[in-house]
Amino acid sequence: MSDTVVSSGELDAQGAKVKLFKLQDIAFHQITMIFALVVLVSLVGILVTLGHKAEPSFKEFGWSFIWSNVWNVPGEKFGALIAIYGTVVTSLIALLIAVPVSFGIALFLTESCPVWLRRPLGTAIELLAGVPSIVFGIWGLFVFAPLFSDYIEPVLQATLGDVPVIGKLFSGPPLGIGILAAGIVLSLMVIPFIASVMRDVFETVPPVLKESAYGVGCTTWEVVWNIVLPYTRAGVIGGIMLGMGRALGETMAVTFVIGNSNSINQSLFSTGNSIASTLANEFAEAEPGLHISSLFALGFLLFVLTFIVLAISRWLIKRGTHKQGH
Amino acid sequence: MSLYTRRTWVNRFGIGLSMIAMAFGMAALMWILWTLFSKGFSAFTWDFFTKDTPAPGTPGGGLRNAIVGSGLILLATTFVSTPIGILAGIYLAEFGDRSRFASATRFVTDIMLSAPSIVIGLFVYALVVVTFGGFSGWAGSLSLALIAIPVVVRTTENMLRLVPSSLREAAFALGAPHWQVSLKVTLRAVKAGVVTGVLLAIARVTGETAPLLFTALSNQFFSTDMSKPMGNLPVVIFQFGMSPYDNWVQLAWGGSLLIALMVLAINVGARIIFRQKDNL
Repeated sequence: MSDTVVSSGELDAQGAKVKLFKLQDIAFHQITMIFALVVLVSLVGILVTLGHKAEPSFKEFGWSFIWSNVWNVPGEKFGALIAIYGTVVTSLIALLIAVPVSFGIALFLTESCPVWLRRPLGTAIELLAGVPSIVFGIWGLFVFAPLFSDYIEPVLQATLGDVPVIGKLFSGPPLGIGILAAGIVLSLMVIPFIASVMRDVFETVPPVLKESAYGVGCTTWEVVWNIVLPYTRAGVIGGIMLGMGRALGETMAVTFVIGNSNSINQSLFSTGNSIASTLANEFAEAEPGLHISSLFALGFLLFVLTFIVLAISRWLIKRGTHKQGH
Repeated sequence: MSLYTRRTWVNRFGIGLSMIAMAFGMAALMWILWTLFSKGFSAFTWDFFTKDTPAPGTPGGGLRNAIVGSGLILLATTFVSTPIGILAGIYLAEFGDRSRFASATRFVTDIMLSAPSIVIGLFVYALVVVTFGGFSGWAGSLSLALIAIPVVVRTTENMLRLVPSSLREAAFALGAPHWQVSLKVTLRAVKAGVVTGVLLAIARVTGETAPLLFTALSNQFFSTDMSKPMGNLPVVIFQFGMSPYDNWVQLAWGGSLLIALMVLAINVGARIIFRQKDNL
């Protein structure tokens, strides 16, 4: 019994140690929290700073800033429509191509690919996501655009150019660079993002659901179309929105290929400008005053737009992947 | 045609299209890599690594200043973003289970993962460049760190959540304080995963150009002074790639290949480290 008796000095030391640990824990909790706060504050900081810097421009032009298509630097008249048009149209073209291709890649990787090939092919797609955007840009300008103007644009013009309504989209000289080329290069950049989200949500489908469908004699295609896709709808749309968020804000690839002219044309062959490419081209040499403030206003609009798209995307993906617990 | 044959054909058609989609993705990757090698590899001469960027119209030259500048900026980015990202990740995994603050932080982290990098450049310009009166390597590092931090936060949190709670409980039962459990037990258990996250973050920012345009700017001359404008590979590629001079364009291809090789090497390295984790 006498072994377990602890002297009061030892007890005090023990107590002091517990107290010290408690203090250290509180400090550790607070310190890690402060660092988590850094992330939170940076987003708020971006919104507030850009909004503040954009204020003179928003005050001067009001709401008309969004739908005015004048971008006149010497005349100090600025409107965002040209840049918004370029951003939205290139992103839509990118999605139009990237969504079916990504769906095909995800379908192939989850359903019909031999198991030993899944890992290397999946890795290759992820490596495509890792290729820096500036590399896409320089490749798009020097390799893709010349081929595009020589072989693809004339064919598009010959086949679709005379179709009423959409024919106008394919009119004009085939320059290679322009809105359509930028959209196609963008699509290559967002395919890996959409494909990997789709693959991940496809894998959340309970095997028993698919096996039952296969059991009653469904083909692979029918299983994917009627079981996997309805089950993962939210996640799939979330993946598409993620790709859209990426495409909207992409700078370098677009800047190289879009042609950088401040105009809106009916033809997709014509050159244009996106919000990001306008910023990349003009910001470093912008005059203080309305010009720079209008560029900040463009950045503010881009950030708000991508924020909304990405927020919806995250909500949908979360809903899509949480299903697996049910 | 019977229903059965029609269904078989629809299936073949669909699967065939999915294979074409896969081939399309692979072809794009191969095409870009092949172009980079065929156009960029010839730029890798001795001069490429030992001479500075040439003035307009001057023949020859290399990218020494840009390579060193990029290296310094990335080094500073790594040193800033790694501790911040890991500590914030620890907070989310260890303390912020259901708190509203933690879920808001998680939400913002996810948004920042895909936020347009050029906007982050604008933010740092307004915050640092305007305030301290000039473009600088530090400003460039800061903007890259803002992009890298969310990547580190996310992987750290995800990795820490994989640690079985029995490990934590065992450490607590020995009387270890929470901070020791976090730093010496759980974080150590997922070391490989966290390193992978840091590497992926570096890979992510290595090729980032847009935020550097308004922060580090560029510098035609060799400089190791982080408080001055600093040459860096992405911006030099952008300027030289869009220029009319043949030797500039050639250097831009060389720079692109160098960056792509670095990013691919880091990506592959991260994967190898992560895979080894299973054997530990």
